[in-house]
Amino acid sequence: MTVSWQTIADAVSLGGIYALMAVGIGLVFGVLRLVNFAYGQLIMSGAFALALAAQWNWPVWAGILLCFAVVLALSMLMDRLVFRPLREQSPAVMLVATFAVAFLLQSIALLWFGALGKIASSVAELNTPWVIGGVDIRKISVVAVAVTIACLAALQLLLTRMSVGLHMRAAALDFATSRMLGVRANRVIGSAVLVSGFLAAVVAVLLTVQFPLVTPSFALRDTIVVLAGVVLGGLNRPIAATLGGFTIGFASGFLGGALPTNQSQYLDSFLFAAVILVLLVRPNGLFTRHGGTAQRL
Amino acid sequence: MTGRLPQLAAPAVLVLGTAVLGQVASSATQVYFIEALVSVVIVVGLYIFIGNTGVLSFGHISFVALGAWTAGVLSVPTGEKPAFMPSLFGFLRHTTVGNVPSLLLAAVAGGVFALVVGLPLMRLTGLAAGIATFAVLEITNNILQYYEKIGPGQNTFSAVPETTGVWQAAVGALVAVGAAFVYQRSRFGRMLRAVREDAPAAAAAGISIYRQRLGAFVLSGVVAGFAGGLEVHLLPLSYRDLYLDLTFLTLAMLVIGGVSSLWGAVVGALAISALDSFFASAENGVGIPGGTLTVPSGTRVIVEGVLMALILIVRPSGLTGGREFSLRWLRR
Repeated sequence: MTVSWQTIADAVSLGGIYALMAVGIGLVFGVLRLVNFAYGQLIMSGAFALALAAQWNWPVWAGILLCFAVVLALSMLMDRLVFRPLREQSPAVMLVATFAVAFLLQSIALLWFGALGKIASSVAELNTPWVIGGVDIRKISVVAVAVTIACLAALQLLLTRMSVGLHMRAAALDFATSRMLGVRANRVIGSAVLVSGFLAAVVAVLLTVQFPLVTPSFALRDTIVVLAGVVLGGLNRPIAATLGGFTIGFASGFLGGALPTNQSQYLDSFLFAAVILVLLVRPNGLFTRHGGTAQRL
Repeated sequence: MTGRLPQLAAPAVLVLGTAVLGQVASSATQVYFIEALVSVVIVVGLYIFIGNTGVLSFGHISFVALGAWTAGVLSVPTGEKPAFMPSLFGFLRHTTVGNVPSLLLAAVAGGVFALVVGLPLMRLTGLAAGIATFAVLEITNNILQYYEKIGPGQNTFSAVPETTGVWQAAVGALVAVGAAFVYQRSRFGRMLRAVREDAPAAAAAGISIYRQRLGAFVLSGVVAGFAGGLEVHLLPLSYRDLYLDLTFLTLAMLVIGGVSSLWGAVVGALAISALDSFFASAENGVGIPGGTLTVPSGTRVIVEGVLMALILIVRPSGLTGGREFSLRWLRR
């Protein structure tokens, strides 16, 4: 097992990207108690927007704008058309509804762009390495970590310093009581969905730089891994979900780079076996305090 | 018991009706009916666990996959195994069994796998249980894809005798429905439902939640493994067919039918299968009253996605409302 600095840098940047996805999923879970399986397809849609912009020879900033517009519009549509009518239903019903949305978006992408996908080459120069002290580190690794830190810091400000953030935290703790105290349900859910969509767009930009080939199943595996990471970290605090996402992203990137090929094909088995083990020991999550939320039987 | 008989008879009649329709259908459309009956087996398998316990599982397609692998590897004629399974273990390479034994072994494999997985996992609940069963699906798919000593790896299961016809699938579906009915009427099924409705009260009354859930998990694993056997004898499968899409589709069938009743499981499986088959054939042009309907290819998945979401929004508790069939509905 040889570990290069490049492997560690890649693992850290993948951990950062997964942490952003984890926050996006965790925020919506907080206010809606909904695990959004269609989150990966939001990222995929943003990636296709970038690929289209590249195909039309748009400048990079315009492509990124299009990506944000597409992902935010889809997030709002999803909230209005699917989440809002189903808000009072059981988690199983909401979950299956997000399956249906995921299935739908993926089929549209398949019809529109085909199974082979498209190349999004918007900011490809970020894939070139910087040589620091004889060590190659791809620029995107550094950029991804910087963007992650900036987003998490902004989110922290939003959650602690702004009234909408306070509302989101209150709603995540106790939705019914927070409504009685004047938190508007539609607005708080809408803003959580928007912030979550914003993060999905950021992730789409970061991921397409590293993996320029965009197919209908783009970010699908990442989403599944992040969902596991979010539950692994614990869903009752945003910071726990974020750490869970980072941990599983780092582990995935590190094992992927460090294992020899004949073992790295079993990477997912190692990863998910570890997930099961951790869940058995700490079912409420690794990073929860006070034993987490009350355990249901 | 007399008042309860319709609860078993109604799903059985639906299954038999599908089989009769499949028998008179042209050979080109017959496969749709067989597939619908196999979906009934899978969804009833899911229902035995999810319906009775109220705990979601994303892992059942792993039992279907293991059943398919077992029945598939064991029923390919010895001479044809090296063509697409060159590195099998010796005893798998030299053993070939008949159709019915292969299905029974598939059921056993599904049950044993469910027991092994369930022993640790049935201690979990809620989201942790959901993600842990998902992890089982990921691991199973990963191993079946790369471990070529136990199956075709990334190749497709060709050369499996295609023995799953209309009647075999119908008998399979009837067996699954019967097993689910007997189980849910037994004391074990009743104890589980008590847990589902009020877990602390049930535990206080002396019910071991862990043991009862494990029992349901194993029985549903048996049914799911059996379904995998039926499926591999129907179509040339590969590991890709036994993964996320099938997981989502079968869960959607169960939820759209109505999670908490056997009637709902059967209605959901048949309704979504009918929809799927209709659009699949409409993409090639289908005769409807007053002409031929042809829809552009790919419409199927989009219309299905929209319809599934719509049904959930209009009838969140499923087409049947999660209740068993009752003759009283007819009298009203």
